[in-house]
Formats: sequence, structure tokens, C-alpha cells
Amino acid sequence: MKPVSANMTDAVGQATIVSGSHRGLLDKIFLGLSIRNYLGQLLTNPVNWILGLILAIGIPLLCQRYLFGLQAITHGSQDYPWGILLGFGLFGMVPLSASGFLLSTTVEIFRRDDFLPIERLALLNGLLGYFFAVVFLLVDLGMPWRLTYPMVVSFGPAAVLFLVAWHVATYLSVQVAEMLPAVSEWADWPGLKRFIKKITLGLTIAGIILSTLHQGALGALFCYAPAKIHPLWIAPEFQWLHFFVSSIFAGLCMVIVVSWLVKHTMTWRCDRRFLSTLDGITLGLAKGAALALITYLVIKLVAIAHDQEWLLLISGWGLYYLLELGLGTVVPLVIFAYGVRHSRVTMVRWGALLAVAGIVWNRLNTVLICYNYRLHQEIPYWKELWVVLTVLGFYFIVYRFILYRIPVLFRWRQ
Amino acid sequence: MRAKISRRTLLKGLVAAMASTISMAPSRKSSAHDFQGYETNRGVLVDVSRCVGCRSCEVACSREHGLAPPPGLVDNYRLLDQQQQGMRRTDQNAFTVVNRHESPLLTHPLFKKTQCNHCLEPACLTACFVNAYTKTPEGAVIYDADVCVGCRTCMVACPFSIPAFKYDSALAPQIMKCNFCFDTRLSRGRPPACVEACPMEALTFGYRNDLLRVARKRIRDTPGRYEKAVYGEFEAGGTSWLYISPVPFEQAGFDIHVPRQPILNYVKDFLAVVPMVLTIWPGLFAGIYLLARANKTHKNTNDHEDVSDETSER
Repeated sequence: MKPVSANMTDAVGQATIVSGSHRGLLDKIFLGLSIRNYLGQLLTNPVNWILGLILAIGIPLLCQRYLFGLQAITHGSQDYPWGILLGFGLFGMVPLSASGFLLSTTVEIFRRDDFLPIERLALLNGLLGYFFAVVFLLVDLGMPWRLTYPMVVSFGPAAVLFLVAWHVATYLSVQVAEMLPAVSEWADWPGLKRFIKKITLGLTIAGIILSTLHQGALGALFCYAPAKIHPLWIAPEFQWLHFFVSSIFAGLCMVIVVSWLVKHTMTWRCDRRFLSTLDGITLGLAKGAALALITYLVIKLVAIAHDQEWLLLISGWGLYYLLELGLGTVVPLVIFAYGVRHSRVTMVRWGALLAVAGIVWNRLNTVLICYNYRLHQEIPYWKELWVVLTVLGFYFIVYRFILYRIPVLFRWRQ
Repeated sequence: MRAKISRRTLLKGLVAAMASTISMAPSRKSSAHDFQGYETNRGVLVDVSRCVGCRSCEVACSREHGLAPPPGLVDNYRLLDQQQQGMRRTDQNAFTVVNRHESPLLTHPLFKKTQCNHCLEPACLTACFVNAYTKTPEGAVIYDADVCVGCRTCMVACPFSIPAFKYDSALAPQIMKCNFCFDTRLSRGRPPACVEACPMEALTFGYRNDLLRVARKRIRDTPGRYEKAVYGEFEAGGTSWLYISPVPFEQAGFDIHVPRQPILNYVKDFLAVVPMVLTIWPGLFAGIYLLARANKTHKNTNDHEDVSDETSER
């Protein structure tokens, strides 16, 4: 990524010169570069070549899926109705996207203005995470064109998934609204920003409610399979709490990881406020994540005590469970405790990366690995994995596109 | 200031706790409801000891529903051999399958027919967010492909892993599962195709309540021949299809890990949380906001210009 930032520094250099005068829409879209320069800059970036390779194989696979059905890109397993597409795309992405509601609560409700520089990044991370979880759904649903059926055609209000569908849809709109101020600055629509500012408190509280419920609901979905999932990974009374609490540190750690990445690969796009406060903010986020981690650890133990599963811990599955909990929860917790106390920011960032991986691992365990644990294991077809990679590729492209333009990492100067 | 806030928060916490206790109490009571199923619920009693594995039921079923004929009819025994570990399951081409199981207690193999058990409180129905499933008063659990989105939660929820998905269709994928021959037979009071096709009278059709009596009578009248339990009487809250077996059920290919209460009961704890969060969160967080703002204004009057600077920028 280094060469890009070098290139882009030029671009911004030009842009800042122009910014004094009236900036045209084309200037805003092409970052003040000529179209030719812009395309040239795209081609010299090695990351784009990797993305190109992923998409070159992935887009035909997606076409195959829509032309010939899911069977074409998955094993079409009757025993594992939810594969890696949902296991990663929905159950893995959504907790990592809790960042939006967490940081808006911190800033707007708890009035912690010291976290203001990172609020928009967290909001954007949340919005895109949810949006792409829906994209994953559109790939995996049997009839994606019926996505709105639970809202308009036929209602099953007693089902947990009904709640998930409604809440994800509502929360997606809330998140779009929360991102509008940044867009309005970019597009120069000050009225929009003023309007959103008036309803910020309502939006934020709606965000907390919707997030609590659907993060929990994603866990509660597994209560429908109490006997199919290994008992260590399912505790019907606590499942929603496990999923909700783990989404808190997952969201916070995701912001730490994304801001870390952005700081190094998009330094040109970050303003001084962002860069100078980031280390302190990272430690603050880690402190919050550590509190969520210890809470999570305790309620995991409570669940084991409640279901009297201590003996299961010394079985093979039990060791695997301890490995997941150790690497994904205890190690990050220790790292955060040490790192925050001694202000070791880089250490904290690695810890956050570990926690992010740990939470995705936990979700994959629940959906795939420990699901139907008495039956055979489902090993995803390579095409399904590649489609996951492809959607992630689109996610990356959109994420980067927005960060380059909309004032997320920097403040807009009129 | 500090003491005041903590006292207020404490009070709020107490109010929240009280509200939660009050709202929890009736929900717990209602979860112990006692739906025993429809009086008119029809069912089938399967006597595992009578089945010889001829798979006539499979043939009749595929004919009734216009599915591909079941495989391996010529070389029946070899196929059943492959199915010894219950390797064949219901899928988009077969609403019912017969698997062979060996029991150490017997010198001959046992054959067990699998199909939708038509639960009294079906997990698939309770898990469906578009209400595609219906439990008819006749006992059948039927499915409406016209509203199905293809999320496959019903497949996750079914404790017997019965519903199958037509993965190979791009435009009309749907759930494929036994419907108790509802459209063609059950709604007119006739037994399903598989029952009519059975040459061994291993399948008995009737009202579920009567079948339970028949099952118990058979167990009582021929001591030592059957396990003293009816599989399906309590499993997943009770099923329309009931089984009696000469050996312990796990040896005849039954999943004995299926819970004895309806799957819905496992989800109720969460469903009870929903109204609590919806009602308590707004007041709680608006309160915290007011406290935090009061705190901030107080601080701002004393010092720090940059804080007010940051705030004004939003």
C-alpha cells in the first residue's frame, strides 16, 4: 500500500489547493486528479491487482450461483443448511459491526468527546458491515428477490429471524441517517446535517435498542437447535447474552484494527486531529473492550456452571472450547490489561486483531464446526470460500472508496 | 454531585430491576402453557419390528408426489447396506427413506422409516419468519412455497433434520418435505400413500390419541417384544408419527438427544427479553444522556475551551 499513499499525497496536495475555490463534483470523485491520472494511480497499486484477481474469478462464480442455483457454488448440504457464506458473512460480520452503536453511544449519550475523532469511522464500519452482511444474505438466500417478504408479504412475528430481519433493516436505515452529516458536508447540503443533528439522540437510542436485540437475536437463533450444537457452544438461557456481550468487544476491537490499518495505509487522508489522538483513543477503546471481555468470560463460565458442563471441558471438544476461549478472550484480555496500563499501543492493536479473529472463530464454531457435532464435518467447497472472498473484496473497495472521499478520517474545511 | 448521581443511578437500577421482575413473572407462567395438540390430530404408528425394508413406502411416496423414483430398487440389499449408519436422509428427491440398523440384541437387522414426524408444536413452524408453515387440525405440517424466502432456518430448527432444500434450482428453490399427503389424501380423511403401500402392516394410521393406546396395548400384550416406551409421545413436545421398537431406540437409528419439550421453549427466554429492552432502554439511556450533559455543562463553566470547541463542531 505504500506506493499508493505516496501517489495520493500528490492528489491531496492538489485537492487542498483547489479546495479554496469551488470544488466540482468530478474533483471530489476523482480526488482532484484528472481521470487519466486517477486510473493510472489505480493500476500502479498492487492491492488493486490482488482485488482484480479475486473479482475476476469471483464474479463468474456469482453469475453461476444466480444462473444455476446455490448447488453450483456450495456443497448444497442438507445437514448444514448454513455454510460459510452465512457463518462468516452474517454471523461473523454483524458483531464486528457493533462499532457504530458503541461509539455513537459513547459520544452522543455518555458525552465522551475525547472519542469524537473516531466516531465517524466507527459509524461507517458499522454501516458497511451491516450492508455487506445483507449482501452475503442476498447471495445465500434461496430466493433473494423475496428479501422483503417478512416486511410486506407474510409475517411470522413469533420467529427470532423475524426480529432479526426487521431490526437489521431498521438499524441499517438508522446507520445511513447517522452517516448523513458526513455526506452532507461532502456534498455541501448543510440543511441535511442540521436536520440529522436534531434527531441524533433519538437515532442513537434507537441504535442501542436495535443492536441489543438483534445481536442477541443472532445468538437466540441457535436456541432453535439446542440438541444439534455441542452443549459447550449452546446455552439457551444465555445465548443471546453471549452474542450481545461479545459483540461489544468485537465492535470495539474492529475499530482499533481498522483505525490501525487506516493510519498506516491512508495517512494522507487522516487529519492531524485523528492522527494525534488515535493512540490515546486506541487505549481507551481497549479499556472498554477489556471490560466487555471479562464480562463475557464470566457469563461463559456461568453458562457452564448453570448447565453443569464442567466434565465436558476435559473432552476433546472441551479442549477445543478452552482453546477458543483462551486465544480469543483470555489472551486479548491479558494483552489489554497490560497494554493499557503500560501504554503499549502496538501491543494493544495486536490484541485487538486477536480478539476480532477470536470472535469470528467463535461464530464459525457455533454455525459450522460444533453444529451437528455428532454427524460428519462440513468442509466448504472452494467456490463458496471464493465467493466469500469476492464479497469481502467488494467490501474493501467500497470501504476504501468512501474513506478516500467522505470526511470520516478528517474534518471538512469550508 | 458524585454521590447524587450514583444514588440516582442506583434508583434507576432498582426501578429497572423491579420492572424486569414484574414483566418476567407472567412470561414464565405463560411459557408453561399446555397445548396438547388438536383432538383431530391424525398420526401413524410405526412398528419397527414389523418392517422388512422392502421400501414400498418410498416408491409409493415418490409416485404420489411426482418425485424421481428411489435409487437402488434392483439392488435393494446393497443400498440398504450403505445406509447402515443412517447415511441416507430425506432430501429433495425423497420425502421418506428406510435405513437399515444392526442391533447387538438381535440376530437380524432392523429397518427404520424416516419422514417428517409432523410435530404437535413444529419447530420449523415456530422458526419461520414468513409463516410458510401451517399445522392443520388434521395434524399435517404443510409448507407454502409461495412465501418462502429460502433462509433455511427450518432446516436448522427441525430436531429430526427432515426439511431438505432444492439447492439445484436457481429460480424456484424450495423446502422439500413430507406433507402427510395432505392435499391428496389426509384432508379427505384417507391415510397417506406410504401407509397404504406397506405390505407388512408396519404402519398404522389413525387418530394420534387412539394410536398411543394401540401402541401401549401392543407393548403390554406381548411382554419382552418391545421397549416400554413410545418414541414421539414426548419427543419435541410430541409428534404425530409414533414408533415402537424391539430394541432401545438409539440402536434402531433414533436420535435420543431430541429434547422432550417443544423447541419453541428454548427460544422463549429470549423472546421475553425483547419487550423489556424495548421499554427500559429508552428511558435508561436518555437518563444517562441527561446526567452526562449536566456533568459536562458543569465542567465547561470551570475550564477547558477545547471541549466546548469540540462539542460545537458536531
